[in-house]
Amino acid sequence: MIRWLVAAIGLSVVATPVFAADTIEIGIGYIGHAGVKAKLSLVEQPSENDGVAGARLAIEDNNTTGKFLNQHFTMEEIRIKDGDDVVKAATALAGRNSFIVADLPADELLKAADALRERGTVLFNAGAIDDRLRESDCRANVIHVAPTRSMLADALAQYLVWKQWKRWLLVAGSHDRDKLYADALRRAAARFGAKIVQERTFEDTGGARRTDSGVTLIQRQMPVFTQAAPAYDILVAADESEVFAAYLPYRTWDPRPVAGSAGLVPTSWDAAQDQWGAVQMQNRFVKLNSRHMTALDMQAWTAVRMLGEATSRTASGNPKTVFAFLKGPDFSVAAFKGQRLTLRDWNFQLRQPILLVDGRMVVSVSPQEGFLHQVSELDTLGVDRPESKCKLHQ
Amino acid sequence: MQRSYMIYVMAASLAATTPAAAFKAYVSNEKSNTVSVIDTDSWTVIKTIKVGQRPRGIEFTRDGKFVLVAVGDDDKIEVIDTATQQVVDSLPSGPDPELFTQDAAGNILYVANENDNTVTVIDLQKRVRLGDIQVGVEPEGMAISPDGKILINTSETTNMAHFIDTATRQIVANVLVDSRPRFAEFKRDGSELWVSSEIGGTVSVIDPVKHTVTGKITFEIPGLRREAIQPVGIGMTKDGKTAFIALGPANRIAVVDGASHAVTKYLLVGQRVWHMAFTPEEKYLLVTNGVSNDVSVIDVAAQKVIKTIQVGELPWGITMAPP
Repeated sequence: MIRWLVAAIGLSVVATPVFAADTIEIGIGYIGHAGVKAKLSLVEQPSENDGVAGARLAIEDNNTTGKFLNQHFTMEEIRIKDGDDVVKAATALAGRNSFIVADLPADELLKAADALRERGTVLFNAGAIDDRLRESDCRANVIHVAPTRSMLADALAQYLVWKQWKRWLLVAGSHDRDKLYADALRRAAARFGAKIVQERTFEDTGGARRTDSGVTLIQRQMPVFTQAAPAYDILVAADESEVFAAYLPYRTWDPRPVAGSAGLVPTSWDAAQDQWGAVQMQNRFVKLNSRHMTALDMQAWTAVRMLGEATSRTASGNPKTVFAFLKGPDFSVAAFKGQRLTLRDWNFQLRQPILLVDGRMVVSVSPQEGFLHQVSELDTLGVDRPESKCKLHQ
Repeated sequence: MQRSYMIYVMAASLAATTPAAAFKAYVSNEKSNTVSVIDTDSWTVIKTIKVGQRPRGIEFTRDGKFVLVAVGDDDKIEVIDTATQQVVDSLPSGPDPELFTQDAAGNILYVANENDNTVTVIDLQKRVRLGDIQVGVEPEGMAISPDGKILINTSETTNMAHFIDTATRQIVANVLVDSRPRFAEFKRDGSELWVSSEIGGTVSVIDPVKHTVTGKITFEIPGLRREAIQPVGIGMTKDGKTAFIALGPANRIAVVDGASHAVTKYLLVGQRVWHMAFTPEEKYLLVTNGVSNDVSVIDVAAQKVIKTIQVGELPWGITMAPP
């Protein structure tokens, strides 16, 4: 209960002379796709530099710290087009940088990770939320900063159950990732005691996102689509493909709130987040980029800050030393979430609170009070150690 | 159970106390944009003063004539005249001032500007800005060494205590501490500097001459998860024998032996405890509880909470009138 630790270990006694000899250079690569996918809402349309803008802010933050420690961070960005060889691009990037922040789809991330394993390059997955990357397809050289679908679904489910909105009408899109999100929502409902009263699929029949005729048609479609549902408390939509969810609020047949891919949305970050000192960070971001900070920006910022944290604690830019510290028990990072963030040692997933946002405000933050766990309440979100299929050290 | 026990203790210790000399404590209420004035004789709020947006850091001037309060969202420090209990002037800080400290003579004010990675130096008599010092990301905690030669600033995202020479205004050393360092406090004899790390969950004890961390104080409270223990404000008795550390959302004050650095007791206070101030004779310690909107009064000798006073919304900082 009472403990007094004499800090004999070298790294906690780092006193830094102001002028030291050589500056340690730490190169970080950023790889993502060129171009952005269209969103239903114009205000949510991502910027071309979505993600990398957060990484660049963290490079600035790391360099402010680095000037006191003689560490200097640089960032090299590569954008690939559809059909480009991801292995070639990632290998070129790894030739000049010890660490890579990746915003890649799951299969491309795995290809890059496997190609770079031998040379010891560590990848930070800032973009892919697929659970399988942390489960059956986990890799020993990939750290996951992005939350998983199951973490997002659990965060939402905890709040809806706390709110006593336990009867869900689940509407899923027809694309693969919509189905994966629907799977995560079904799992969350079962875990936390919600009931899916009915499921419906919204088929993507193609067509333009924006038309001159506007909302007239949508206003007729959505009520009809949600007609004749069994009694439910909330409509939960799984539409990562951006086909229909944003059209649902205020248009359901029954007057019910919407959550999931529209309405109340679980996310790692939001421009409205202002708790726990986040205002300073939001201000720095807006000043640098003249736009608001997105979840992808925050995930990339956190990846680069994790590296900054590890290099300052170890006084090293050596990839092996830095990676060992990141994987070790002493690592934690502060990321304006009200508590320290640590890595799950069985699959290198960053534990993190999840925000529930409505597009204007942060409505709540999960884990919700009362969802207990023997190790960390953050492990009530997502796939926990006993259920994990990840075998990192085989 | 624990609560009802506390009420017993409270009644017993209240009966035993003789009337103390009356002092005035000023409390900044972050949400209500006010400062509450507490009379330590009646233990009541005797005045509520309207101030600017988001008041946090608060301190009496050395002569006791004014109270300075950082109003972060207005990017300035307001000056409250204690005679009229009104805001009479403001000082030019940088953007989003949070905590500040002044030299022993009360001539120079050093302000941490969270938004700008700078510490602003202000002439308190002329009320003008003398210059800025570049520090780490999100400067917060401020302290000045008892001999006045070294200014300490902690930066929350850089995770350092910066040692600044007050004569040259240059950084002379940087000491790495645990995540999100928020508050710095010297022992009166200058032998130790204590820095609290809110997210790291520790208090680093630093040798101010060698610029090394000589030890870390850690906290363990049965039934509370580690993440909920977030040290912020620190108060030390003048003799350096006892320290009190506010543990934020752990809703407790840790009592720490100044010599051995061992935690000897945890005092249950209100929710989200931030900062604290002693009455001048060190008979009482007043602590601000952010979420429960009150101030807890601790009997320093008995190490017991004896009273709770309702103040404004989200009380944050507190300062006590000099005797």
